[in-house]
Amino acid sequence: MTASAATEAQEQHTPVEAVTSTLRDKLQQFLAFASLIVIFLFFSIASSSFLNYDNVTAILFSTVVIGLLALGTTFVIITGGIDLSVGTGMTLCAVMAGVLITKSGLPVLAGVIGAVLFGGLIGLVNGFNVSLLGIPPFIATLAMMLVAQGLALVISNSTPIYFTDSPSYTQISSGHLFGVDFPNAVLVLAVGVVISAILINKTILGRYTYSIGSNEEATALSGISVRRWKIVIYTLGGLFTGLAGVMISARLASAQPGTGLGYELQAIAAVVIGGTSLSGGKGSIVGTIIGALIISVLNNGLQIMSIPQEWQNVILGIVILVAVYADMARKRAVV
Amino acid sequence: MSARPPILHVQGVSKSFPGVKALDDMQLDVRAGEVLAVVGENGAGKSTLMKLLSGVYEADEGEFSYNGEPYEPTSPKHAQELGISIIHQEFNLMPDLTVAQNIFIGQEPRASRFFLKERRLNAKARELIERLHLPIAPGQLVGNLTVAKQQMVEIAKALSYDAKLLIMDEPTAALNDAEVEVLHDLIRRFVQPDTAVIYISHRMDELKRIADRITVIRDGRYVGTRETKETSMKEVISMMVGREISGEAKPEGVRGDREVLLEVSGLSTKELLKDVSFQLRKGEILGFAGLMGAGRTEVARAVVGADKVDAGTIRLRGRKVVIHHPAEAAKHRIGYLSEDRKQFGLLLEQEVNANIGLSALRERFQSWGFVKDRAMRKTSKEYVGRLRIKTPSVAQTVKNLSGGNQQKVVIAKWLVKDCDILIFDEPTRGIDVGAKEEIYRLLNDLASDGKSIIMISSELPEILRMSHRIVVMSEGRVTGELTAAEATQESVMHYATLRPDENPEDAEELGLDPVLTGASTTEEGREET
Repeated sequence: MTASAATEAQEQHTPVEAVTSTLRDKLQQFLAFASLIVIFLFFSIASSSFLNYDNVTAILFSTVVIGLLALGTTFVIITGGIDLSVGTGMTLCAVMAGVLITKSGLPVLAGVIGAVLFGGLIGLVNGFNVSLLGIPPFIATLAMMLVAQGLALVISNSTPIYFTDSPSYTQISSGHLFGVDFPNAVLVLAVGVVISAILINKTILGRYTYSIGSNEEATALSGISVRRWKIVIYTLGGLFTGLAGVMISARLASAQPGTGLGYELQAIAAVVIGGTSLSGGKGSIVGTIIGALIISVLNNGLQIMSIPQEWQNVILGIVILVAVYADMARKRAVV
Repeated sequence: MSARPPILHVQGVSKSFPGVKALDDMQLDVRAGEVLAVVGENGAGKSTLMKLLSGVYEADEGEFSYNGEPYEPTSPKHAQELGISIIHQEFNLMPDLTVAQNIFIGQEPRASRFFLKERRLNAKARELIERLHLPIAPGQLVGNLTVAKQQMVEIAKALSYDAKLLIMDEPTAALNDAEVEVLHDLIRRFVQPDTAVIYISHRMDELKRIADRITVIRDGRYVGTRETKETSMKEVISMMVGREISGEAKPEGVRGDREVLLEVSGLSTKELLKDVSFQLRKGEILGFAGLMGAGRTEVARAVVGADKVDAGTIRLRGRKVVIHHPAEAAKHRIGYLSEDRKQFGLLLEQEVNANIGLSALRERFQSWGFVKDRAMRKTSKEYVGRLRIKTPSVAQTVKNLSGGNQQKVVIAKWLVKDCDILIFDEPTRGIDVGAKEEIYRLLNDLASDGKSIIMISSELPEILRMSHRIVVMSEGRVTGELTAAEATQESVMHYATLRPDENPEDAEELGLDPVLTGASTTEEGREET
């Protein structure tokens, strides 16, 4: 067997291999998307009040907060990390918006920007702890989760802050900009998705996010400052947390300091259902948003069918198990 | 040719790690336009030398010059920018990124500071891949490629920095013959009048084909350099091993007529092992020799059920047994003492007593789920005495003992369990000379008590001194079996560096040679019936 013959033989395989590998990658997203369609169709048939314009808008509306948190979390999880602080962090940012707007009397826009930047600060601290102090992400963000929860209560004196004097604040969520029928919150989420997708697919930030999660050591040996990029990525996650804080307080017309816990797990669930691997390196924005939609559609549909809240959680838990197991089984089949 | 100045010149380089002098007054000359092979036994210092060259470590003393200039790399990236690229045995690739993304990681073409130019990236990668005639596509995911193709990605990545000196550490360890040939073609194309390759390998036949000169190192020191054309394999091997074995020490109690206790035949695993067969007799010390990665540890792990076995049978005292996990092996009274005793053999934070009693806890030291502390302590004390474990008491935390005494604790653990077969994986690794002697004495005592011992070791003198018989492995196969009388450093090394026959399944995977492929299917069919 000569070398040139070997090369030729291998070359013949190459296009086929390339096609199958991209197919494989699309499959998970396809699976998630197909599941979404199936669930959607099921509720459309099972309940007459599911498939109508108002309800679909309601589903999208209820996806906004989890969706935004999940977008930020996607970046962190693709690096192989985790962020448990997004739920209570979001609440802390909502309280910050309340303090800035209702107590300090700042204009609404300044309050919104302040709250989002404060989210970025939470992420920056997380990134610092994980990256420079070397604290495992689970621990670092667990600690931040508690800190944020406590601070939200301290700053607000444990009482809700109402935005009754700034009606324009609630318009951020429920208003209709540009005269379109979708509420602004849905537009915010859409813009968030587009920006995230661009960041992850078209920029070096996205490339290094995947690279770090795929093989951190090799990334560092390739001359990339892994520490710095991790800080950037956690900060980005924090900015999404801040934005989610604004959206949830605008929707409720108030900042509720005692809430927030549990949102981080829903966000992680959305990311995981969307096919992002908790061990890092793999994942997509489209998958995450499909995952978030699956959660909202399930919650909404089950509610319409008058299934009690308790059972909704049971079903969501099973969906997560099935989604992750299907993903693992698929990977095993490939190997 | 010899008049040409060296591209790389290494002189008087030493490097120590706590307790070990890895390199001592090392020297090396690489001429422009040549492939220089660097060979040496396990632990001879090859990897340390390469890590110095690629800027991972810093030398304690000595000088490096590269194209006549002093060469002091601060990081692998820096070394690459200066023109020296290294391809490690374990690849530094991102399996979830594409070929093109891997090749240009950290030096991506950009539209601005932040935005990528993906099309330009793929075009550049394609250009490079075509220039090197590599059978890979820029858009393929690296994780889906075969090892051979992943290596090509590594090479392309190295050459994307415009390397002048390419260092390859065991580049063919995971390749089959056809793939080796492709790699050699690639190397020959790369070598120009102003470039050179350092090629680290154990495989003598390959060196003959690819290397212009061969430099031998041993125990961290430079031994000599030979023109490939003017030397023989025999000479190179004797340069590699050329150390004297300590005087009178010979294996004790060698006898060929004992009953067979364990018989392994046709053992294969998906990852590495191919058709491994051997017998272990009662009261025998069976040595397993071979180079790093030959599959000796894998055999042990497969026998005790720690790794999944694809094919093959294990007979114990003539009866066929199937062992699914190490706990079952222990029930069959087979004990495996891992080469990494700190990770797999000991509870470092616990006391001597808890460690010695651990394996036999369930059958000997409990009643109704309660630990029989006094009985356990008594047994521990007994074994501490018998094995002469130096510890103030059985309540001492194991991590505070010396390496040799830690190893004895592991041995005591398996003796308490009353195993018939003990598999020692590198029993004297990281142990000082005096303690080694004690471990040897212990092994001999165990064998004369009728225990059967498999001893895996990378130290040739140790294998030769202790083994009644020696099984030599290379690349997942048994390449030779020697009696104590037949075994010499040279003969063991000869089998250890042998390249086993081409594996037909791999050839089939590549779509090569239909004759071989046909042969493999019939062979498989026979194995299954």
